[in-house]
Amino acid sequence: MGSFLHRHKGVTPYLLLAPGILWLAIFFAIPLGFLGYQSLQSGLFPNFEFSWEFSNFSDGIRDYHEQLVRSFVYAGIATVACLVLAYPLVYWIAFRAGPWRNLFLLCIVAPFFVTYLVRTLAWLNILADQGPVVGLLRDLHVLGPDGRLLATTFAVISGITYNFFPFMALPIYVSLEQIDPRLLEAAKDLYASSTQAFLRVTLPLSAPGIVAGTLLTFIPAAGDFINAALLGTPNQAMIGNVIQAKFLESLDYPGAASLSFILMGLILVALLVYAKIVGSERLTG
Amino acid sequence: MTSVPSAHPRAKRGLGARVWASAKHHALTVYALLAVGYLMLPIAVVILFSFNKPPGRFNYVWEEFTFDNWLDWNAVLGIQDAIVTSLEVGLLATVVATALGTLIAIAIVRHRFVGRGTTNLIVFLPMSTPEIVLGASLLTLFLNTTAVFQLGFWTIFIAHVMFIVSFIVVTVKARLIGFDRHLEEAAMDLGANEVTTFRKVTLPLIAPAMLAAALLGFALSIDDFVITYLVAGPEQTFPVFVWGVARVSVPPQVNVVASAIFLIAIAIALANVLWQYRSAKRLQGAT
Repeated sequence: MGSFLHRHKGVTPYLLLAPGILWLAIFFAIPLGFLGYQSLQSGLFPNFEFSWEFSNFSDGIRDYHEQLVRSFVYAGIATVACLVLAYPLVYWIAFRAGPWRNLFLLCIVAPFFVTYLVRTLAWLNILADQGPVVGLLRDLHVLGPDGRLLATTFAVISGITYNFFPFMALPIYVSLEQIDPRLLEAAKDLYASSTQAFLRVTLPLSAPGIVAGTLLTFIPAAGDFINAALLGTPNQAMIGNVIQAKFLESLDYPGAASLSFILMGLILVALLVYAKIVGSERLTG
Repeated sequence: MTSVPSAHPRAKRGLGARVWASAKHHALTVYALLAVGYLMLPIAVVILFSFNKPPGRFNYVWEEFTFDNWLDWNAVLGIQDAIVTSLEVGLLATVVATALGTLIAIAIVRHRFVGRGTTNLIVFLPMSTPEIVLGASLLTLFLNTTAVFQLGFWTIFIAHVMFIVSFIVVTVKARLIGFDRHLEEAAMDLGANEVTTFRKVTLPLIAPAMLAAALLGFALSIDDFVITYLVAGPEQTFPVFVWGVARVSVPPQVNVVASAIFLIAIAIALANVLWQYRSAKRLQGAT
């Protein structure tokens, strides 16, 4: 085998790629084709028929535009919340935490070590009607005597924010950590105030991290259904909830497949708009 | 700027400015600690409620401290099978995905070939597709080919390998990029063929990266719910089990298992941090 490889050097990369790429082709690319095929079928379970049923798409948008819009609004708010909450924290870790850096980074990743569903369920304990947070807010009259946090839009968005926080924090940290401290010294030498140094040096240099973090947070958040299912009510249902229920409960595969494509298409549109705003070279790195 | 700043801005700054600067300095520290507290809070709650003796069906309100849940961690029907399935799928999928992903990473970093850009794209796409779409498309594949695929253990395995591979490629690639090619060329010059060179030189050098990638892959696998739930059929992994009980009542044993997974993962991560700290110190001592 060694001598074969030596004689046919050009083949080596393809041999290395073949097993993995085949796996991705068969179980990622081809399934997308099946999803497209299924999305254009009509009929009732289990007798679906392929019929170029484009009305699945228009029906999907007509019946579920509310959940679609909600998914993007929730994901957008959660992404901004993640950015606002994460930036000062990773800034502090990168520039002020000194030898404790790695320990604090570990704290950022730590939620990932608790099963997603279980850490979301923990917010049920924290936000529970009989819990301390609701009690305090009721005493402070922020909430009315019957006011609650669970089963609200607030609960769902804060669940999403908590669950995707590390996706935002880590890329920003990486870009902050790469900043040469001499650049900041140079800014100070040139009489920049610390605010000016931050706005003119640190912030622009951390932009790639912000862009990466935004994508890593927004894309999975828009497709999420766990937070809405566990912390919300049907009034907070997102498009992921609808797709999941259509596949596994109402067995409307064509409807579920077309909604999946609509979600993907809308995310693509959002990405293009985002690329237009931040500049496409930043998006691809 | 209107005013001309002095040569030593720090020395000439007034008392108010200094108080403001110090407040700002500490405000950031206080904020950072609060933020870390926010991140830790649910974890603490999960662990705390693993020691709770719930009054009724619901484990939402603190009642009484007990070790019983830890001692009878498998007292709930189905929880043990679910954990075993999670571990089996996780180990198997991680081994296969690490092998496939490492080979792809080597091909991308070490070779120039037609289709390199496309390969990069194929690897990147699964990571940027929402999980629900990944799961949905796999499910339609399986549903339309029931003669070959029956939903269950193996469809979960297939799905996990698929979504882990990309993360393995990215992790191993990052390591390979800073890798000295001359070591391999030296081995070839000394008469080793490609396979021997790979086994004796390349593999030992990238082994740490493969281990890191494998750990990440395993963590992703045992935590995955969305894709698994769609393709699992009657099979239950631990997250799927939690989903099932979440609709009725979550027994404290779920907290026990989650806490145990957390503590094991944290122990591995802490060991890694410590090891990095040590080797950094050793490097400092050497120079």
